[in-house]
Amino acid sequence: MAQVTLNSVRKVYPNGVEAVTSSSFKIEDGEFVVLVGPSGCGKSTLLRMIAGLEDITEGTLEIGDRVVNNVDPADRDIAMVFQNYALYPHMTVRKNIAYGLKNRKTPADEIERKVAEAAKMLNLEEYLERKPSQLSGGQRQRVAMGRAIVRDPALFLFDEPLSNLDAKLRNQMRIEIKALQRRLGVTSIYVTHDQVEAMTMADRIIVLNGGRIEQIGTPSEIYHNPASVFVASFMGAPPMNLIDATITGGQVTLADGVAMGALQTSAQGAVKLGIRPEDVQLVSEGGVSINVELIEELGAHRLLHGKLGGQPFTIHVLKDIPVDPGAHQISVDPAAICLFDAASGMRL
Amino acid sequence: MKRAGFSTKWMPIMLLMPQLVIIAIFFYWPAWHAIQSSFYLQDPFGFGSTFVGLENYTDLLGNSEYRRVALFTLVFTVLVTFFSLAIALLLAVKADNVLRGARTYRTLLMWVYAVAPPVAGFIGLIMFDQSWGPLTRLAGFFGWDFVLGVNFNDTAAAMVLVSVWKQIPVNFIFFLSGLQSIPRSVREAALIDNGSATGRFWDVTFPLLAPTGFFLLIINITYALFDTFGIVDTLVKGEPGNNPMTLVYKVYVDGFRGNDLGGSSAQSVILMVLVLALTVFQFRLIDRRIHYT
Ligand SMILES: Nc1ncnc2c1ncn2[C@@H]1O[C@H](COP(=O)(O)OP(=O)(O)O)[C@@H](O)[C@H]1O
Ligand SMILES: [Mg+2]
Repeated sequence: MAQVTLNSVRKVYPNGVEAVTSSSFKIEDGEFVVLVGPSGCGKSTLLRMIAGLEDITEGTLEIGDRVVNNVDPADRDIAMVFQNYALYPHMTVRKNIAYGLKNRKTPADEIERKVAEAAKMLNLEEYLERKPSQLSGGQRQRVAMGRAIVRDPALFLFDEPLSNLDAKLRNQMRIEIKALQRRLGVTSIYVTHDQVEAMTMADRIIVLNGGRIEQIGTPSEIYHNPASVFVASFMGAPPMNLIDATITGGQVTLADGVAMGALQTSAQGAVKLGIRPEDVQLVSEGGVSINVELIEELGAHRLLHGKLGGQPFTIHVLKDIPVDPGAHQISVDPAAICLFDAASGMRL
Repeated sequence: MKRAGFSTKWMPIMLLMPQLVIIAIFFYWPAWHAIQSSFYLQDPFGFGSTFVGLENYTDLLGNSEYRRVALFTLVFTVLVTFFSLAIALLLAVKADNVLRGARTYRTLLMWVYAVAPPVAGFIGLIMFDQSWGPLTRLAGFFGWDFVLGVNFNDTAAAMVLVSVWKQIPVNFIFFLSGLQSIPRSVREAALIDNGSATGRFWDVTFPLLAPTGFFLLIINITYALFDTFGIVDTLVKGEPGNNPMTLVYKVYVDGFRGNDLGGSSAQSVILMVLVLALTVFQFRLIDRRIHYT
């Protein structure tokens, strides 16, 4: 078990691409941290630097109390689960799981015991003598997990481990991985581009964008207090509504001149209003009017899509509130509105 | 399932014809002749032949000279196959480490492959030239008085060396592409599981190269047995008597120099059986070849 500390870690690939700009953060012992961001934002690069599969261009990386910049992957006391499982195709499931232990001079009877234990935990007992090619995607995923957990490492690294599975299996494995991590208490770093995975699994989320850390926080902080327009629009499904507006002396005016009311803020000029769809209430009178064009029926709730101030706007309503398309009045709790700088996109 | 077909049955036969004719003229017809004449004793001056049954074959088996050449061929084949595979694998692993996918380097190494066997042999002759060959000098530097074409062992060494050199590029290319088709993440998983590079090579890389290796093994045995004719011919030219030669070369020497058409036919039939056996072996291997996903 260990904490992980990055001090101004930066990565420039030999071809000149700066995949990760100088980043610092600390992951506490036993924490489950999810690195999330769109494809190409440098998540894998960051993870692979922690694993030792990629050189660190600048800065220091500590696992436990040890600087590991120049330590081989095998000596970092980590285990990694890859997106395409990366099982050894010529070895049986048993050998796949045991390989890392064997090379660490673990006694044979202990290997036997640990493999049996892991196989039991992961429901792999019947498949131990099979080759990976004889397994389904979900089973291969489990073998990859098994290979990681038998090692008893200080740190688990996951690189989009669920993205090759179908949606149903993905939901199931998501819960299993989280439960397993809880049980084992091993510090984990999990990379995904799926914000649902990030929200549901993480103790803390690190949002990356273009090789830069946009925000670090608990799922709730990230969701309710996004640090930038990027985080606001990336996290949450449906995403936060972002509306251009102007503030003069606390009075908010939308782009088409509609007045939204007053806000307690010192901000002036052009801003973006960030409003979560579920923070919007339908009211019978006295609100801002909106024309609902489309209703998405989702069972437990509905999403109403319309335009506010000439920009797309989504409202989340619970299933027992009847709504028809057409003109409606809405009101928003001022405390639930996030203000962003119109130019930089940063939170005001 | 609907299959694409020809409207008449003559069309496919017509299309196959050129290939079939070539095979018939250059393979089946001479092969048939060889089998036939292996049962006859040819008059040395070409005036006639007598049917002798299996005598040519039994003579061969009792012939110590033939056994000596067969033994040399065996040793030669083992050495050439082993060294050209081993050196090529070593080079491929090194190249793969340095430059995954660099084209120019591969092309450069491939050039040697384009050298025809007699030319390779000739280059060998130059390298081992008695008075100014650089390799002769190098050997001399270490106190080895290298005499190509006179000393049996020296000539054999040169033969093996040139044959290995000529075959390395082919093996290298196959090994390199075999190495590059091993998924990156599998290598990386091994990097985390095993700290020793040698251990990773034998546990992961080598087994995953096995299909390529088996294929190359057959190719190399065939090469050493048959395709080295040009190299042997160039290196021992004029003096086959005391020099090492392979079975294929002996077929030529006995048949065309010694005019023993019957005996040399029997030898070539034996070689045909050998090729047949190798082919069967290869097909078996391909059948059973492990397909990794
Ligand atoms: N080996 C490499 N050489 C050069 N550039 C790379 C390499 N690997 C990734 N990159 C670049 O670095 C950036 C981040 O890549 P990556 O970390 O794989 O993103 P993610 O995992 O978030 O999708 C991308 O722009 C990608 O093109
Ligand atoms: Mg990635």
